[in-house]
Amino acid sequence: MRRILLILLGCAVLGAALGWVLTRPDPLEPDYAKGLTPDPQAGALIFAAGGCVSCHAVPKSEGKDQLVLAGGLAFPSEFGTFYAPNISPDPEQGIGDWTLPQFARAVTLGVSPAGQHYYPAFPYTAYGHLAPQDVADLFAYMQTLPANDTPSKAHDVSFPFNIRRGLGMWKLLFAEDDYVLSGEHDAEVLRGRYLAEGLAHCGECHTPRNALGALDRSAWLTGAPNPSGKGKIPGITPAQLEWSTVDLVEYFTSGFTPEYDSAGGEMAEVVRNLSQLPEGDRAAIAAYLKALPGG
Amino acid sequence: MYLTKSISAISLGALLIATTGFAASHSDKAAKAAVGARHAQMQIIAYHTGILGGMAKGEAEYDAEKAKVAAANLHAAATLDPSTMWVEGTETGMVEGSDAKAEVWTDAEGFASKLENLQTASAAMMDAAGTDLDALKASMGNLGKACGACHDDYRVPKN
Repeated sequence: MRRILLILLGCAVLGAALGWVLTRPDPLEPDYAKGLTPDPQAGALIFAAGGCVSCHAVPKSEGKDQLVLAGGLAFPSEFGTFYAPNISPDPEQGIGDWTLPQFARAVTLGVSPAGQHYYPAFPYTAYGHLAPQDVADLFAYMQTLPANDTPSKAHDVSFPFNIRRGLGMWKLLFAEDDYVLSGEHDAEVLRGRYLAEGLAHCGECHTPRNALGALDRSAWLTGAPNPSGKGKIPGITPAQLEWSTVDLVEYFTSGFTPEYDSAGGEMAEVVRNLSQLPEGDRAAIAAYLKALPGG
Repeated sequence: MYLTKSISAISLGALLIATTGFAASHSDKAAKAAVGARHAQMQIIAYHTGILGGMAKGEAEYDAEKAKVAAANLHAAATLDPSTMWVEGTETGMVEGSDAKAEVWTDAEGFASKLENLQTASAAMMDAAGTDLDALKASMGNLGKACGACHDDYRVPKN
């Protein structure tokens, strides 16, 4: 009897140890930042395409004030309310004293400099596709923005979702390195895929989520309930959206739909971001959408 | 005597109900008409933006004269005095078909500044539309932003 108990105890300890190891935050590749020369000007475009302002700007700020990334915007969800943190270059409250590897680990792996998992309200599963050069440029650009010493607001998340280590399990189950659109494609579609699935993280709103808040990759970009509780975010695969490539590019540029209504809600902000990109990038996103199944 | 009294009371009551009923349906009609006029205004703006947008997208050939007229009509619709159509009490939920947020009235200053931005953009389009296709294309972006900025803050989400 004692022996069985000992064996059971041993299994429990082993299981816990295995779980602890498996849910450990991933380290960054040791030579990630090697040989990169960061270009803050190029970073401004990465910043726009990444839509950083849409979540991290002080709510309701406009124009130049949007570059003060003091955070504070609330994201209500079934798991609790998340608050966008301060990512301005303030050394105390923001990310002013971070190194490039720390920033890269945060953005592409969802791990804080203190080694804690971030909640996937931060779209690091999409940003995981980012090229190291783009991450370096982005970091260099963000260091030029105004600092602000507003402390980040703590997330209001209840048990068991408040145990950060559990996010390691979430990442094991749901964080995918591969792109959703596979197969052979021309350079334009590949560029569009990098932007749409990675940097611009279109899937975060346009793809439905499962019960644990992970994107359902089998229903990629087919539309989802609006997290605000009201209405639906539209599907944008060719099966659901009959816009021409020209229509899509115009929408990304001016926000006009083919009926000359304008983008509203969060999409108005996305258009503000996309309109700053070179036209070739907007055309690439359109080409990517057209290459999705159902066309 | 008693009977006459009751009859007069009943008729007075009926009259009262009839008047308030009439008043309610009257103001209801007026509110609906105001919302209808706003939608017509938006439609005129969208129609003329469509003429310009068709040229910008290359779906229609660039025609300086036509573009100029479209921009002038657009600007005319954008500069209508809003006070007759944007009547208080006609926000979404109060009048069928209204998508206007209550903020149009509770934040009247912000709404006015967004309208001014539209008028600046439509005035710029009047200059650009007749100049050449590149100027027209460049102006489309600002026009779209002016539309979007106001819809973002003062119109309820569509879907």
